[in-house]
Amino acid sequence: MTRVEASTSAGSVVDETQLQGAGERSEPAGGDQQGAGERSEPAGGDQQDRFQQLIDRDRRIEPRDWMPDGYRRTLVRQIAQHAHSEIIGMQPEGNWLTRAPSLRRKAILLAKVQDEAGHGMYLYSAAETLGVDRGTLTQKLIDAAQKYSSIFNYPALTFADVGTIGWLVDGAAICNQVPLCRCSFGPYARAMIRICKEESFHQRQGYELLLTMMAGTDAQRAMVQESVDRFWWPSLMMFGPPDDKSPNTAQSLAWGIKRDTNDEVRQKFVDMTVPQAEVLGVTLPDSELRWNEARGHYDFGEIDWHEFTRVVGGDGPCNAQRLATRRRAHEDGEWVREAAIAWAAKHTEDPVEAVA
Amino acid sequence: MPTTGVPTGDFTAAPDSSWPLFEVFVRGKRGLNHVHVGSLHAADSEMALHNARDVYTRRNEGVSIWVVRADEITASSPDEKDPFFAPSGDKVYRHPTFYDIPDDVPHM
Ligand SMILES: [Fe+2]
Ligand SMILES: [Fe+2]
Repeated sequence: MTRVEASTSAGSVVDETQLQGAGERSEPAGGDQQGAGERSEPAGGDQQDRFQQLIDRDRRIEPRDWMPDGYRRTLVRQIAQHAHSEIIGMQPEGNWLTRAPSLRRKAILLAKVQDEAGHGMYLYSAAETLGVDRGTLTQKLIDAAQKYSSIFNYPALTFADVGTIGWLVDGAAICNQVPLCRCSFGPYARAMIRICKEESFHQRQGYELLLTMMAGTDAQRAMVQESVDRFWWPSLMMFGPPDDKSPNTAQSLAWGIKRDTNDEVRQKFVDMTVPQAEVLGVTLPDSELRWNEARGHYDFGEIDWHEFTRVVGGDGPCNAQRLATRRRAHEDGEWVREAAIAWAAKHTEDPVEAVA
Repeated sequence: MPTTGVPTGDFTAAPDSSWPLFEVFVRGKRGLNHVHVGSLHAADSEMALHNARDVYTRRNEGVSIWVVRADEITASSPDEKDPFFAPSGDKVYRHPTFYDIPDDVPHM
């Protein structure tokens, strides 16, 4: 699952200074490879113009192309934040791997959590094409210098939460990610296509889990309702701050990094989810939620943005625990990484040397 | 993706991963070419193959995988002064549509 949320919209939730560095501006590189089908490019011209033309024509920017530093920085921040979200996102559900009520549920949950690890890998791979190193990104995550989606700072307290996370959190992630399949940066768009193909399984297994519980006992139904009550509002926060508080959105839209505003995607999610809640037989915890005939959309209540800011800022229920778990996993893996290098050096004819 | 020699703006710090980068190519099924799917880090090529299987083929997406160290790839560079592909740009006669054939000629 993925949460691009704050990344796409809120400079405020990311410490940009961590990424800006004091480095010199890169020299504009020269022309670009042109396929036989794209011969009508203007001769020469400024790199900035050429970049803008590719964007205007809805062509993809590829890693070896010249790109404005701001475009590169925005992408690194967004893709890294997205990758971190996939990785941290394994934790709330991972908590239930050894407690799943049946072998079937356990196998499904294992596959789902493994997918999230894979999503993180695809995304780190895309980020690296921009010149940033994966080890650096991992370090920034465990140093809390880069963010991940606030949703993963909420605990998965019951097994119903596994279903709710699949339904609502992966559902919100799908709404966020589908437009990103058309992102102007090629490697990110390709990673998103791959991820979107896998998310549908995530959402469906969650919804099916909840349907099964709703067909069970009163206690099971109550457990589902309680879970939905806790996750509904944090899920709406996954789309990031409202458009009028999202200063970077305009630039991201202009660059084709982002295709829809936060509020547009949030509305889409609400419209999609309300009928699903009805089929499931749960109540979404919002007294203002109702169909607006004139708008052709569901109206919904005000999101508690104070809570959002607090959780993004590090003060959510599980922030410290999530980072501590990630840091411990990284440190516990140190000897494995070293041993693998030593093994490779010993057993390969042309030994792979540590890059640094 | 080999980015050696490509300007990367602020991100020019020396990489600090202990494992090198490998590019991964997957053949989706018999009869198709291997296609680049992404990259990963591994200590050696054998580990890269195993990691590639887990990262890129969890749902039977492949019948064969190639891995190659990213720093072993030589790529055409976007900063060539004269476009690298210009030589083919003015040879329209290499395309079948260059030739006018009457509509009533069959099978052509
Ligand atoms: Fe994911
Ligand atoms: Fe997911």
